[in-house]
Amino acid sequence: MKPGHGDVLLAEGDVELEEDGERLVEEFRRQLDLGMWAAVPTGAAGRREAVMVRDFAEVPRDADRVIFFPPASGG
Amino acid sequence: MSALLLALLVVLTVLAAFGFGPTLAERIQRARRLERPRPRPAAEPVYDPGRERRAERKALELLREAVGEDEFAMYRSLGFLSVLGGAGGRGGYGYLIYPHRPIVAYDTESGELLSEYCVGFPDRAESAHGTRLPDADDVLAKWMSLHGDERGLISGANMHLPGRQVDPGQVRRDLRRLREWEGRRVATAPAQHEAAAL
Repeated sequence: MKPGHGDVLLAEGDVELEEDGERLVEEFRRQLDLGMWAAVPTGAAGRREAVMVRDFAEVPRDADRVIFFPPASGG
Repeated sequence: MSALLLALLVVLTVLAAFGFGPTLAERIQRARRLERPRPRPAAEPVYDPGRERRAERKALELLREAVGEDEFAMYRSLGFLSVLGGAGGRGGYGYLIYPHRPIVAYDTESGELLSEYCVGFPDRAESAHGTRLPDADDVLAKWMSLHGDERGLISGANMHLPGRQVDPGQVRRDLRRLREWEGRRVATAPAQHEAAAL
């Protein structure tokens, strides 16, 4: 998520493929190093939830996407 | 005689230079400062309504895909999302999520307003477009954080009594609208299931 942009695609690929997986892990770490938070929307239609992830290994294997967004700050 | 006049003129010039010199120099400097164009701060965001509209459209689409059709319909109809709090949403309280406004906690039984949590997601990395996420992105960030780490989000927020930033009267009206909306959804759900089965 970016001001003035909405969501921006950072990387995509099949985590089962070694080359794609490495690229996804690299981008994941880069975003967390930038201080971003990461969340994965989960659940079936009608009962949607989200989990926060701090390590690539925590990303559910069937996740469609990981959403990075700026960390919260008290307003 | 002319020598006397000349001497008088010199004396007057020197006196005038002492008397008005500083004021005159200051005026000239001020005029120069006014003439010089004021440099625009490099980080000042330029508002582009077209870009903001496109960003909001993308943010709405992401929100729809993340929260699902039902809750997206709630946001589009009511202008906010509702999330139940506590483990498994069984804490007896809920939150109203407004774009770029505090999260409001309420008692799900009585509708009593409990507190406001001031929290934002400013993006300080990209100053060219400001720090403010599109409305739907802000709502989605709050929704994901409440679902994924409610305690972490709430403990980092500034807590206030209800009414500090969000009008309690409006929140009560919104809770009434929410109940009505949920009532309508429940009423139409069986019909939708039947239609889907056909």
